[in-house]
Amino acid sequence: MANIYDIDTGGAPPALEARDLSVFYGMKQAVKEVSLDVPAKRVVALVGPSGCGKSTFLRCFNRMNDLVPTARVEGEARFGGVDLYGSEVDPVEVRRRIGMVFQKPNPFPKSIYDNVAFGPRVNGFRGDLDGLVEESLKQSALWDEVADRLSDSAYALSGGQQQRLCIARTLAVRPDVVLMDEPASALDPLATQKIEELIYELKERYTIVIVTHNMQQAARISDYTAFLYMGELVEYGPTDNIFTNPREERTEAYVTGRFG
Amino acid sequence: MSAGSELIPSRHDEHGRRRKYLGTAFAIVAGLATVVGVIALIVLIVDVAIDGLPRVTLEFLNSFASRFPERAGVKAALAGSVWILGLTTVISFPISIGAAIYLEEYAAGNWVTRVIQTNIANLAGVPSIVYGILGLALFVRALQLDRTILSGALTLSLVVMPVIIIGAQEAIRAVPSTIREAAFGLGATRWQVVRHQVLPMAMPGILTGTILALSRAVGETAPLIMVGAVGFIAFTPEGPMDQFTVLPLQIYSWISRPQEEFRELAAAGIIVLLLLLLTMNATAILVRNRYQSRG
Repeated sequence: MANIYDIDTGGAPPALEARDLSVFYGMKQAVKEVSLDVPAKRVVALVGPSGCGKSTFLRCFNRMNDLVPTARVEGEARFGGVDLYGSEVDPVEVRRRIGMVFQKPNPFPKSIYDNVAFGPRVNGFRGDLDGLVEESLKQSALWDEVADRLSDSAYALSGGQQQRLCIARTLAVRPDVVLMDEPASALDPLATQKIEELIYELKERYTIVIVTHNMQQAARISDYTAFLYMGELVEYGPTDNIFTNPREERTEAYVTGRFG
Repeated sequence: MSAGSELIPSRHDEHGRRRKYLGTAFAIVAGLATVVGVIALIVLIVDVAIDGLPRVTLEFLNSFASRFPERAGVKAALAGSVWILGLTTVISFPISIGAAIYLEEYAAGNWVTRVIQTNIANLAGVPSIVYGILGLALFVRALQLDRTILSGALTLSLVVMPVIIIGAQEAIRAVPSTIREAAFGLGATRWQVVRHQVLPMAMPGILTGTILALSRAVGETAPLIMVGAVGFIAFTPEGPMDQFTVLPLQIYSWISRPQEEFRELAAAGIIVLLLLLLTMNATAILVRNRYQSRG
C-alpha cells in the first residue's frame, strides 16, 4: 500500500481525498481500494499503462461514472471533507464545483461564445455574462485569438484552440478543481506546449488532477505523481521523488520506460 | 526488370484482367439498378401527367366531387388530407419524440426497456389495415369519436408513431456521447443536456424521419376506410369532428369508374397528391437546413 502521508499540504486540508476507493464495471474491478490526498492548488498527475484505471479513478471525483449504468463505486471520494457519494450530495452540483476537460476536444456545435456561456447559463448565472466569457477565454489563453470572432462556430478552431476553448468553458462555471483526462493526447507538440503552460498558470487558482500517458509531461507540469498499475495505487509522492528516486521497482521500471 | 515496370499490367496477367472486368461489371449492374428505379418513376410521372395535367386547374382544386366529370374536383379530399395530416403531425410528433427521448436518455437498460423496444420495432411492421381495425374498435366505437377527422388522425398516428420513434432514437443515438459528457461535466441537469445539446443536434435527423413517416401517412387509404372516411363528400371539413375524405380515397373512387373522364380525374388527383408530398419534403428540407445552420 502506498503511503499517502508523503504529501505535505502545509497544514491546509486537502482539496480531494480518496479513501479505499474502488470502482467496478459489472464484475470487473477497475480501481482497487485507492487512497490518496490531493492538496489544494497543486497539480497531481496520474500515470500508468493503458487500462490501469487512472481515467476511471479520475471520473470518481466528478461522479462521471454515474453515467455508466454498469459502474459501481465503493469507498469514499471526498471534496472539502464531504463524501461525494453521500446520499444527500447532488451530482449536478458536484460537477459544477469539480470541472472536467476531456481527452479529445469536444466543443458543442455552437459559437465560441455560446460554448463558454453554456455552463454559466445552465447554472442560472445572473450578471455580466460577456465579461465572464472574456475572462474565461483570457484565463485559457485563447482570448487574443478569438476576440474578434466570438460568434463563429467552435468547429472552425484548430484542435489545440478547441481544447483551450473546452478549458475556458470549464473555468466559466468557476470550479474549485479541474480534472483533466489526457487533455493533450490528441494535440500536436506546439498545442501541447500551450496547454502545459496553461496548466502551470491555472494552478495559482485551481486544484488540478491530470491523467497523462506522457512521462515527460507529468515530470514537467505536476507537483505530485501517482503511479497506478492494474487498478492499484503503486506509489504516490512528490513528482521529483517518483521520477528520480522511486521506492517501488515497478514505478522505476515504468517511469524509465522499461514497460507500459 | 525495374520495380516500376510492375505498374504497367502485362498482357499475360489473367488474374489482374479478370478482377478488373469484374469491377467494371459490378459498377454497370449497380448503375442499372439505380436506373430502373428512376425510369419507373419517370414513366409513372409522364403517364400521369399526360392523362391528368390538362385537368389540374384552379377549378379542379376548388370543386367538390360530382357525378359529372367536368364539374368534379378535389376540394374536399385535399382539405381532408391536409386536415388529417396536420392533426396526425400534432398528435404523433410530440408523443414519438417524448418516447424516443425517454428510451434513449432516461430508461434503464433492463428487460422492461428491451421488451418495449422490441414491441415498437414490431409495431412498425404491422400492416396498416390492422391499425384501421383497432381505430374502428377503439376510437370510432369505444371512445365514440365517430367517423371523424379526429378518429382518422388518431388511427394514422398509431401507424406512423413507431416509425417516427425508431427514426428519432437513431438520430438521438447519433449524437456523440462526448457532447453529453461535456454538458454533464459543466453541471447541466439531464433535462438541460437533452434540451440544449442532444435535441438540437438530433433534430435534423428526427425531422427527416418524421417527414418520411408522414409522407407514407398521406398515401394511406386502408386504415382510413376502416374508420369511415367516405368517398363522396360535398363540403370542406371545418373542424376535427367533421366527416372527411382524403386524396388517395378520392383517386381510388374515380379510378374504379368506367368512364375515361374519371380516369383522367384520377390522374389529376395523383398529381395533386404528388405536389402535396413534394411540398412536405421541401418544408422538411427547409426546416432541417435552418436547424443545421443554427448549429
